[in-house]
Amino acid sequence: MAKIREKKVPMPEQSAEERIKNVKEVPLGYTPEMAIEEAKRCLQCKPREGKEFPPCVEGCPVNVPIPQFILAIREGRFDDAIKIIKERNSLPATTGRVCPWENHCEKACTLGKRQGYEPVAIGWLERFAADYERAKGFAIPPKPQPNGKKVAIIGSGPAGLTAAADLAKKGYDVTVFEALHEAGGVLVYGIPEFRLPKEIVKAEIEYVKSLGVKILTDVVIGKTITVDELLEEFDAIFIATGAGLPNFMNIPGENLNGIYSANEFLTRLNLMRAYEFPKYDTPIKVGERVAVIGGGNVAMDCARWARRLGKEVYIVYRRTGAEMPARKEEIERAKEEGVHFMFLTAPTRYIGDEKGWVKQMECIKFELGEPDASGRRRPVPIKGSEFIMDIDTVIVAIGQSPNPLVPQTTPKLKTTKWGTIEVDEELRTSVERIWAGGGIVRGDSTIILAMGDGRKAALSIDKYLSGQDRSWKFKAEG
Amino acid sequence: MGYLIVKKVDLAPTIKKFEIQAPLIAKKGKPGQFVILRIDEKGERIPLALMDTSPEKGTITIAALEAGKTTKKLNSLKEGDYIANVAGPLGKPAEIAYYGKVACVGGGVGIACIYPEVKAFKKAGNYVVSILGARNKDALILKKEIAEFSDEIYVATYDGSEGFHGFVHLLLKKLIEEGKHFDLVLAVGSIPMMKSVAETTRPYKIKTIASLNPIMIDGTGMCGCCRVEVGGETKFACVDGPEFDAHLVDFDLLMTRNRRYIEEERIALEEYKKVCGCKEGC
Ligand SMILES: Cc1cc2nc3c(=O)[nH]c(=O)nc-3n(C[C@H](O)[C@H](O)[C@H](O)COP(=O)(O)OP(=O)(O)OC[C@H]3O[C@@H](n4cnc5c(N)ncnc54)[C@H](O)[C@@H]3O)c2cc1C
Ligand SMILES: Cc1cc2nc3c(=O)[nH]c(=O)nc-3n(C[C@H](O)[C@H](O)[C@H](O)COP(=O)(O)OP(=O)(O)OC[C@H]3O[C@@H](n4cnc5c(N)ncnc54)[C@H](O)[C@@H]3O)c2cc1C
Ligand code: SF4
Ligand code: SF4
Ligand code: FES
Repeated sequence: MAKIREKKVPMPEQSAEERIKNVKEVPLGYTPEMAIEEAKRCLQCKPREGKEFPPCVEGCPVNVPIPQFILAIREGRFDDAIKIIKERNSLPATTGRVCPWENHCEKACTLGKRQGYEPVAIGWLERFAADYERAKGFAIPPKPQPNGKKVAIIGSGPAGLTAAADLAKKGYDVTVFEALHEAGGVLVYGIPEFRLPKEIVKAEIEYVKSLGVKILTDVVIGKTITVDELLEEFDAIFIATGAGLPNFMNIPGENLNGIYSANEFLTRLNLMRAYEFPKYDTPIKVGERVAVIGGGNVAMDCARWARRLGKEVYIVYRRTGAEMPARKEEIERAKEEGVHFMFLTAPTRYIGDEKGWVKQMECIKFELGEPDASGRRRPVPIKGSEFIMDIDTVIVAIGQSPNPLVPQTTPKLKTTKWGTIEVDEELRTSVERIWAGGGIVRGDSTIILAMGDGRKAALSIDKYLSGQDRSWKFKAEG
Repeated sequence: MGYLIVKKVDLAPTIKKFEIQAPLIAKKGKPGQFVILRIDEKGERIPLALMDTSPEKGTITIAALEAGKTTKKLNSLKEGDYIANVAGPLGKPAEIAYYGKVACVGGGVGIACIYPEVKAFKKAGNYVVSILGARNKDALILKKEIAEFSDEIYVATYDGSEGFHGFVHLLLKKLIEEGKHFDLVLAVGSIPMMKSVAETTRPYKIKTIASLNPIMIDGTGMCGCCRVEVGGETKFACVDGPEFDAHLVDFDLLMTRNRRYIEEERIALEEYKKVCGCKEGC
């Protein structure tokens, strides 16, 4: 057997100079030859003692049969590869682009544990298989026998779509309710075009619909229809409304013109296509010097969008680069694209001009102190280190909270003090026949964890509705 | 497809009323709430107050004043046309209760917004005094409809072509000075109008409610575009409002924030005029 390559087969990508002039994807995808070459690196591991799956599959929250699909790619059976992936993952073109695999499947990969070796490029291979199928046109899976039971899913993000697809495959009559005019949740309104083209999300949603799932947009549950009404009409409900409420810092001047929440900035650009104004009606106004407050994926997305609008961009983050929660890859890309980083810094107030637009921001410097609850060293402000910086646009990307609309209008649902919905280990809430998962349960989350929740809820709903397990231990007291 | 326009009525030269098929919203909509609509694929999402609902017919009624591209385009639609998206009812319903004597003050298209509340306050047993303001006689809308549910009705026009000559808050002031007593005042109209009403009632400590109209996108609390300051606190008008205690609202901030896109709004309108096809050139 030939020696295994140490590094992943590289994926071609747009150069930094090129890509900041367009909104197209950065990595361009594998050719079939590259994919086969990369697939050859896989060791086809077996499950370890006492485990159900090989290490990589254990690491994937939806347990994609990784060795099997990689073997199919290696043998040029690309149709089989995607079929195998879709047994477990209904949104592979999405996860194959934006799943943080370095924390999941690739982290667990046996090959990656060898000295000097990179793990198998599982994410990129997943993307290859999904793109191959999309280019060819989807095979519509055979319709299962309807079982006559109805399930309502609230929210069409990754958690909701996954549960919907899984349940539809089992013969349930599934309706997804979405507040916005387009399905996809963060995939359409949050994650930028250049990381996840909206055409791809649309195609994945078309696939979910082809399984028989109905998606009703413009329906705000709690307002247009209440959860109690859904309980009358449906046998089970899965709440997947995400963590979409933007946090602000509540510092002076935060409501000046030119200061956006990350959600507003991204929604204008992604969902409403403000970058194509006036062809599209929704505008966006961005000055010349943009400060993005925060250090997560959302902050990177905002910064990289602002670069594509031709602006000077500063990431302002309280801790150091080492503590930044964003994916390494995204931080690297942002750096290549010319985003400036200001570490150990945070704004304390904003200063406006006579017309009410932000023109300056006062910041304070920090130093790292003792570790906090998260194990990261706590940033401590340095007295007297305040300084003023000229800035004409600010994007606040310091995290999101759970969307309160459904809990507020459904008082019997038990919530935590952070506003997340409380669930047991099978994602059952305090109200019988209602499950919840994804951002609304986890607070900040990732796509694949949300999808894992969707899968788990679907399994539990099926167990319950098929009569295998009717227990409901988690009841709200009182 | 989308949401069918079943009926269109001209209320004034630049204000049109639409009855739209939206059965789910019709079942739920309450006075004080609004919808967000998007006319087509490339359109903006804009908020409009619910003027009426008919659960039996499955329709809702809205009225739009031509302010910029989207409202002009909306008002050019005909019966039988479709609107791509209508979501709602959004926002908190008005707190309709028995207060005693209630003044409902509407300015311009704001008259359409007070209409459902006039009806509801009346039904709740209040003595309702409606005070309507408009630029001139021709721009005055819904006088007959509102009179039907009002115990008293007054009109103010800027040019004096009907009723009191001058701003509507000055008419309210006059009525108060003449000895009329109010337990609650509701004001819906332009930001300067609502601010002036708030300043008029403040010395008399009359509880005053204003329905705020910040720029919105989603209307579900997700974007923070609609933030306003009330009593020094930031609120999201789409979920915490749109109605707030007018004496606590920072109207100047609201005014500044609503001017954020003035330049882009002008460009959108210019571009639209090139293609809208109407003879008057808008
Ligand atoms: C800018 C950005 C970038 C990100 N990048 C990544 C990344 O690269 N990789 C990664 O793994 N994760 C990333 N994440 C996180 C990830 O997107 C989320 O964890 C994930 O989308 C959560 O999925 P969800 O299905 O729970 O909710 P969401 O995707 O938030 O979807 C919830 C849906 O429910 C709808 N909804 C809310 N309330 C109601 C209601 N009352 N009635 C009807 N519908 C309602 C919302 O409109 C929305 O469409 C990113 C997040 C953001 C914001
Ligand atoms: C809760 C709520 C209820 C509303 N109800 C009604 C209603 O029943 N009837 C009605 O005609 N209008 C109503 N409005 C205002 C309406 O949403 C705006 O007039 C509309 O968004 C303007 O869009 P446009 O593209 O036509 O104009 P744009 O080109 O966006 O703006 C043109 C002009 O209108 C002003 N404007 C922009 N957005 C708003 C806004 N949100 N509110 C007020 N002025 C704005 C701008 O400052 C500008 O001068 C309501 C607004 C809110 C927030
Ligand atoms: S979904 Fe994510 S974790 Fe699972 S195999 Fe794909 S990239 Fe890996
Ligand atoms: S752990 Fe790595 S090498 Fe082993 S089967 Fe999974 S992908 Fe292949
Ligand atoms: S309109 Fe987006 S939060 Fe209110």
